[in-house]
Amino acid sequence: MQGRIGRIALIVIFVGLITTVAALNRISARRGMSAAPVNSEAAMAHYGFRLEEVSKSSGIDFVHVGPKLDPKLDHIMPQVAAMGASVSIVDFDRDGWQDIYVCNSGEGTKNRLYRNLGDGQFKDVAEEMGLADLNQPGTGCCIGAIWGDYDNDGYEDVFIYKYGRMELFRNEQGKRFTRTTDQAGFPAWANVNAAVWLDYDRDGRLDLFVGGYFHEDVNLWNLKTTRMMPESFEYAKNGGRKYLFRNLGDGRFQDVTAEAGIDSRRWALAACAADLRGTGYPDIFIANDYGVSELFINEGGKRFREVGKASGVGFSPKSGMNAAVGDILNQGRFAIYVSNISQEGILIQGNNLWVPRPSKPGEIPRYENMARDTGVELGGWSFGAQFGDLNNDGNLDLYLVNGYVSADPNRDYWYEFSKIALGNSAIIGDAKNWPPMEGRSLSGYQSKKVWINDGAGRFTEVAAIVGVQDKYDGRSVVLADLWNRGVLDAVVANQRGPLLVYKNHASSEKNWIGFRLEATVSNRSAIGTQVRVFWNGQEQVQEVSGGSGFCGQNMRPLHFGLGKDPKIEKVVIRWPSGKTQTLTGLEVGKYHSVKEPS
Amino acid sequence: MSTTSLSSPSVGEAPPRPRFRIDDKYIAPAFITILLAVGHFSFGILESYSRTLTAIAVSILTELILSRLFTGKWPHLASAYISGISVGILVRSPEIWPYALCSAISITSKYVIRWNGRHIWNPSNLGIVAMLIFAHDTVATLSVQWDNRIWAMIVVWALGSFIIYRLKRFHICLTYVAFFFLFAWIRSLLIPGGNFLVEIAPITGPMYQLFIFFMITDPRTTVHSKKGQMLVAFLVALVESLIRLHGSLTSQTFFAVHAPYYALFLMGPAANFVEIGQQIRKKRLAAKEALAMTPAAEGAAVVSAPSLTAAEKK
Repeated sequence: MQGRIGRIALIVIFVGLITTVAALNRISARRGMSAAPVNSEAAMAHYGFRLEEVSKSSGIDFVHVGPKLDPKLDHIMPQVAAMGASVSIVDFDRDGWQDIYVCNSGEGTKNRLYRNLGDGQFKDVAEEMGLADLNQPGTGCCIGAIWGDYDNDGYEDVFIYKYGRMELFRNEQGKRFTRTTDQAGFPAWANVNAAVWLDYDRDGRLDLFVGGYFHEDVNLWNLKTTRMMPESFEYAKNGGRKYLFRNLGDGRFQDVTAEAGIDSRRWALAACAADLRGTGYPDIFIANDYGVSELFINEGGKRFREVGKASGVGFSPKSGMNAAVGDILNQGRFAIYVSNISQEGILIQGNNLWVPRPSKPGEIPRYENMARDTGVELGGWSFGAQFGDLNNDGNLDLYLVNGYVSADPNRDYWYEFSKIALGNSAIIGDAKNWPPMEGRSLSGYQSKKVWINDGAGRFTEVAAIVGVQDKYDGRSVVLADLWNRGVLDAVVANQRGPLLVYKNHASSEKNWIGFRLEATVSNRSAIGTQVRVFWNGQEQVQEVSGGSGFCGQNMRPLHFGLGKDPKIEKVVIRWPSGKTQTLTGLEVGKYHSVKEPS
Repeated sequence: MSTTSLSSPSVGEAPPRPRFRIDDKYIAPAFITILLAVGHFSFGILESYSRTLTAIAVSILTELILSRLFTGKWPHLASAYISGISVGILVRSPEIWPYALCSAISITSKYVIRWNGRHIWNPSNLGIVAMLIFAHDTVATLSVQWDNRIWAMIVVWALGSFIIYRLKRFHICLTYVAFFFLFAWIRSLLIPGGNFLVEIAPITGPMYQLFIFFMITDPRTTVHSKKGQMLVAFLVALVESLIRLHGSLTSQTFFAVHAPYYALFLMGPAANFVEIGQQIRKKRLAAKEALAMTPAAEGAAVVSAPSLTAAEKK
């Protein structure tokens, strides 16, 4: 085919290809975006729930304040002081209502403990409980808090991790908290960005995993050198060390990191622990910034072995900022969600949804990244995310917050950031080389993501439709039934922004069941307990968590949506001690209090 | 990127053949394959084999189809392979279609946008720029490092330089890199709070290694004279620097992040247009002179003047 006709045909083909690119781009962009907001009735009809932001009317007026670090970091302060807004859920006084603990980070600022009064109102009691004043100059700034009953007295204690001095407080019967840090024996200083309670050796006492971000020799308020940044945007191994603290049972914790085989200096931003291999022992998953994720499998409560590459999760380096597990396909296996960075036209790392292939108990699981196929890959500069059944249809949905630095909306820092991100270690590793931000935004003002799971492997983004329209720099999100209605509400901590409480108005057509677990032989918080609900021919597994997401912790009770007309076949509870309990004939639409058989 | 293979010398007696010699046509494909393999198996630069394979397969298939249909010949596939593998490495997207369409656009452009028997744009440069402009919601480009340690960078630069030197195009790389550093230094003076190390940081990454070794040296889309090639390399570095400067001074990201692609997209064809225009003028002048000297041979001269030679049609 030559000559004039041939040329015309070629031109038509070429123009057709370009037009196809533009059209497919438009379709792809639309698919990733939430549709325009509609009225609440339509949201309810389509998705079975809507969310209403009620912080102010509930008595919550917390606004996070960031720290002010060494003046040598002034030019990039919004980036270095970019974490600290965090939230965790606890029923600290055992009154049956979920309370909210939120961290602040500015020097001299106070944390808040919002007691749930049970009438829709919350009251800050942090000061009187002794949990407010934790940002005193010289002690670092708060990054997150996790709750666990480390002394097995029935009341949830709290571990608060900081860029600075980590703190442990014992809960005195829900009446006040006593500082027990000095007795615990933690190191004097570490720049911690992730922590999780777990009973790794199943001795009935909660242990602690703690993940460092900046090197522990770095005091961000008094820098000896500006060479404290990651040596690489993708392969950094000069971050903070990891700690595994074994609970000795007398208020002391022993550093067993080295003998447990945990040796990593990657930049940990998030971690979670769950039994991913059916061994009964909790494995540890770490989402690392500036590098690959790590999966430490638990070898009989004695040692951990890093199997990131072998399992498939530790190969492509990204900017891991979240670690949460959920049985998204109701197959009785946990998928792991890791958030990363995506900025249209500049950097598309994509979030990871690691879905395990079937494996035998004890085998190293093989994971496949299904984020793209399921539709949860692009979430902007993503931070915290949690799984939970928001519309009680029997499938776990996903709530993601995002946004890094929202400053001048008309001036973008991405170009400057892209230069340093590509730099060799000699360049990127020194903070003084990082271009000054000068009030510019870096992936700011981003729309949050609420993905609804259709149960068949597809998630649909509905944030704006169901009422989530804030564009703060989200860090931590947690899910909890704050009003004891059998639905999951969402609480969002924003960096240098307000704490938001999204009350869930879910359709009553769909049913649910919940479990409040109390262990007797195992750790009393029942952290690590797995509950499998079998209903209408389906199975879903959940595990009591000692911290998940990004610097967050969901409510302790487990909540299962069941859809319409559920018929519970059985519920199987496997306690950390190894005891298994099978419950039948359970009523739906209520929380069941279950004690571990002694 | 197309191919950095060169035609073999044909003047004089053939030198004795060495016992084992790799055809120059295969050096560039071999080098880029090694880069890809080492980059991936050491540092995981690819997230998906399927995307890279799609890019390569579509590139080769498009070349085969278009060549058969529009020239009636079976093409040498080195060029299409390099274009495909370049697209597979440089394009980043959660979707698979950008890899396929970028490859298809790259190869098709060689057949569509021609003047005087030469294609004007570097195929994969044009394909990537088309994706950045028309698919900016879905496509980014390679932005990871090879490890960030100095040895990895030195190995790639040394190997690449050796190969490009052997292919007699090292002067292009050297000119570009020298002016990149010079302009980086000038930018660091002009940008408030500028820092020379930050300005040179991007060139330490693999994206630039591919850009320098495979795109700006592509013989099919570079001018022929050595001085001309060096001038174009200078102009690409200059325009890139201007785009970067604009990005820094205005805090606008869109063009600045992909500055080298846009610079080559603008300057490569411009230089080719000038050179082809000069060639046509020379041929016409020669034809006129021939016509003036031998009026009887008018018909033959008219036929041979501006028409395409078989070699040019390639």
